[in-house]
Amino acid sequence: MSDQSTVPVITEPPDVPEFPTARSCPFAEPAGYPALRTRGPLAQVTLYNGRRAWIVTGYDEGRRVLADHGSFSSVRADPRFPATAPRFEAARAVRNFIGMDPPEHTTQRRMLTASFTVRRINAFRPRIQQIVDELLDGVRSRGTSADLVPGFALPVPSTVICDLLGVPYDDHAFFESQARRIVHGDSSQEDSADAFTRIRIYLEELIQAKRANRGEGLLDELITLYVDQGELDTLTLAEISLLLLVAGHETTANAIALGILTLLERPDVLARVDTDLSVVANIVDELLRHLSIADGAARFATRDVEVAGQAIREGDGIIVAIAAMNRDAAIFGEPDTFDPHRSARRHVAFGYGIHQCLGQNLARAELEIALTTLFRRIPDLRLAVDLGDVQLRHPAGLHGVVSLPVSWGTRSAS
Amino acid sequence: MAHLTVDESCCVGAGRCVSVAPELFDQNEDGLVVAIRAVVPAGELPAAHEAADLCPARAITVTD
Repeated sequence: MSDQSTVPVITEPPDVPEFPTARSCPFAEPAGYPALRTRGPLAQVTLYNGRRAWIVTGYDEGRRVLADHGSFSSVRADPRFPATAPRFEAARAVRNFIGMDPPEHTTQRRMLTASFTVRRINAFRPRIQQIVDELLDGVRSRGTSADLVPGFALPVPSTVICDLLGVPYDDHAFFESQARRIVHGDSSQEDSADAFTRIRIYLEELIQAKRANRGEGLLDELITLYVDQGELDTLTLAEISLLLLVAGHETTANAIALGILTLLERPDVLARVDTDLSVVANIVDELLRHLSIADGAARFATRDVEVAGQAIREGDGIIVAIAAMNRDAAIFGEPDTFDPHRSARRHVAFGYGIHQCLGQNLARAELEIALTTLFRRIPDLRLAVDLGDVQLRHPAGLHGVVSLPVSWGTRSAS
Repeated sequence: MAHLTVDESCCVGAGRCVSVAPELFDQNEDGLVVAIRAVVPAGELPAAHEAADLCPARAITVTD
């Protein structure tokens, strides 16, 4: 960002640190958070484009900001919305409820809530189990080693969300690669915008085809309920389903891969994974807290407002540091420890406020089923590389590993 | 005796209440919160408070 020629030879630590920062290992919070925390629950950071924004690291303060959609807007199309990476500049043009405030947000989200209830997702669990079983049949049939990112962690949520939406899985290579261009931290604005356009056109064509020939899936239901009634047009439904498709992919995939890695490092926890469902649910919530896959929820102030005794001005950008909140020692004792015995349910890994993840029950079901089934079917699973050689994804995107090489069965003599 | 009130108008259908207190909450056909009972049985009081705390839309009120 800075012009090198103007940087003095002797530099003092910058007063306003950069956001985001990398994690030193898969189980650490972003490296910049401990220092930010010493400045109090609210501090300032510099974004990639030089813009300054507030950052909230305190749990209570973060929840207050996320719950106050009257003072803090999510409207991405508004130039006051702080982009934390170039890819978010591209997201400004995509109109769906994640980037809207009430009443538009309420209208869109309510078209979907019936499809993601606890009961609906529980009824979907046998199908998730079947998908996981079939994928593990494939993994085991191909030998005694695998990269579990492309081999398991990604195809589980990819197959599940296709099945749920009624999107043909045959096209998965296309939208997985496009979804990657949208969410990866190092995607350029142009790259991300191009990926958005390609998926949107694909979905518009799919919706047109479904209007003529209805199938079974959430998209088909939404066409019947809203498009046929004139309440939604094809473009808007394409932009809503784009969110469901993309959000349903990489977040869960990264959580599955990092969940596997965490459990491989903690055999004591692994022994309890296959006991009963409440134990597994608790382990999954602690994984979500400890890993914080999606960090840095951005908002801007729509009026002058006070946070943690500090005056925030109308138009100021504010970043809610989800990963820092999930390690607030006032809420979670010894927050850096992965403790499957603690109650981690207050974590904000799915956000908080009206934008809290709509698909969280689906994500929990996928994580519970994927992790328990994997370790039941391949109990001698082990990491095939040193932990230090597991490469992390770019810090401006979702927390995740690039690959997860594992092996099982008899160790080779070499 | 603790009373339970829910505000369907601000519910976002996240389902946290149904997950942590299934004896007290349900989701209607639109996915929005329904209080199964207006009075919280003593044994369910911790669950009621947890549901109110976890509700992302702050749609649940427990009055002691």
